[in-house]
Amino acid sequence: MKKLLIVSILGTALLAGTAQARDYEEVRFGVDVPYEPMEYRTPDGELTGFDIDLGNALCAEMNIECEWIVQGWDGIIPGLLSRKYDAIMSSMTINDERREQVLFSDPYFTPPSAWFAPAESEIEMPYPQTLEGKTIGVQRGTLQDNYVTDNFGDVADVNRYATADDMVLDMDAGRLDIVFLDFPVGKATLLDSEAGNYKVVGEMITEPKKYFGDGFGIAFRQRDEELAAKFNEALATLRENGTYDDIYNRYFGNNNAE
Amino acid sequence: MEALIANITELLSDNTIFNMQTLGYYGQGLATTVQLVFLALVIGLVLAVPLAIGRGSKRKWIKLPIFFYTYVFRGTPLLVQLYLIYYGVVFVEGIQDTWLWLILEKPFYPALIAFTLNTAAYTTEIFHGAIKATPRGEIEAARAYGMSWGLMMRRIVLPSAFRRALPSYGNEVIFMLHASAIASVVTIMDLTGAARFVYARYYAPFEAFLFVAAIYLCLTFAILFLFRFLEKRLLAHLKPASQ
Repeated sequence: MKKLLIVSILGTALLAGTAQARDYEEVRFGVDVPYEPMEYRTPDGELTGFDIDLGNALCAEMNIECEWIVQGWDGIIPGLLSRKYDAIMSSMTINDERREQVLFSDPYFTPPSAWFAPAESEIEMPYPQTLEGKTIGVQRGTLQDNYVTDNFGDVADVNRYATADDMVLDMDAGRLDIVFLDFPVGKATLLDSEAGNYKVVGEMITEPKKYFGDGFGIAFRQRDEELAAKFNEALATLRENGTYDDIYNRYFGNNNAE
Repeated sequence: MEALIANITELLSDNTIFNMQTLGYYGQGLATTVQLVFLALVIGLVLAVPLAIGRGSKRKWIKLPIFFYTYVFRGTPLLVQLYLIYYGVVFVEGIQDTWLWLILEKPFYPALIAFTLNTAAYTTEIFHGAIKATPRGEIEAARAYGMSWGLMMRRIVLPSAFRRALPSYGNEVIFMLHASAIASVVTIMDLTGAARFVYARYYAPFEAFLFVAAIYLCLTFAILFLFRFLEKRLLAHLKPASQ
């Protein structure tokens, strides 16, 4: 009787195991737009950007269909967990807090963060002393938000925005003294599109790891280990055969960012 | 006070989300929300009384602009009004160099202006309705005593109109409190702003928003209680005699 029980339990466990190991024919990505140049829309509404191109290239490499689902940043991890999509590829930095919720792929990009200020700004180095009483802009819930809140929250006003666009608008309006952003995003939205009005203050910031993590990763649900492994394999292939570099150069030129 | 803080710290020792820092955000958020809503309501009330009287005027040039104002502000979402006042005004050329910018630079005053104009529009309509509902007999009696228009308004019409308007004005106060939750879209750290911050930082929607919902609930009950008390005091003469 006991044996029968064990056999039947094992049997069901095996069946359940095979049922879960499905072939992935289609993967849905959650993405928060706009976040230039990582993900944004062309004037005719098409999704484009570094993440989108790399994601599509990864899918092509693995011979699976890709679909992109737009989701606001605030709810992007809950959306993954509630199966609105299967992966997040939206400039998401790998860190321990997020690792508790999701499974990350190998890092595919490591962007530095940087301070941006109006060209005529007198702030030279962003220390707590120099930013005392200033107004700092960040995007709510980003690692930049955490970094600024913990290091400057006591001495400066921190304005948190739902989108990077709102923040740029308020920077243009003169409501912000300085903003702290992913460098590629700040470059595209502040340096390139409004040439001469803004400058980078201080150095690129990628430390400490507590805030800035290991770079961007694709996030999966914890149980989808197989899918994550497939993506890691495909990513390694793309790095080897030069496709990754092609896409990188398309958005960041040869000597920007890194 | 320090003993209290030590107590709270100990209570929270196993808790990753509700630590002293996030509770501090909620506390500041509560102060900001109460400040914003209270100021908007007081200023709105002061504006609404003359507007409500003017709204019922026989002269078209007084009546129509007020009607237009209440029509526009009751006919568009508060969120849109807030966006226009906060983000819209910066597109007015050169506004950064005028004294207006002192008011409009920080998000608090644009939000206060939007909330005040909105609540004033609703309150105007509430009072207008209450004034219109004044029993004819009271007005005729006042005229028969030879009261001037001003005296009649002050002694007869307004006091009874305020009493009639009290229940619906209580609703407006509660609506205003709930509507103030949108202040966080213009970077104000009100109660909802604090909840959004905690949510985004710890990915904990239930904890962050249930806690803030409980605070709103307490505030709402306090307002309900206050208006219930006022109604009991001021509307006692309207109760059935047997009770």
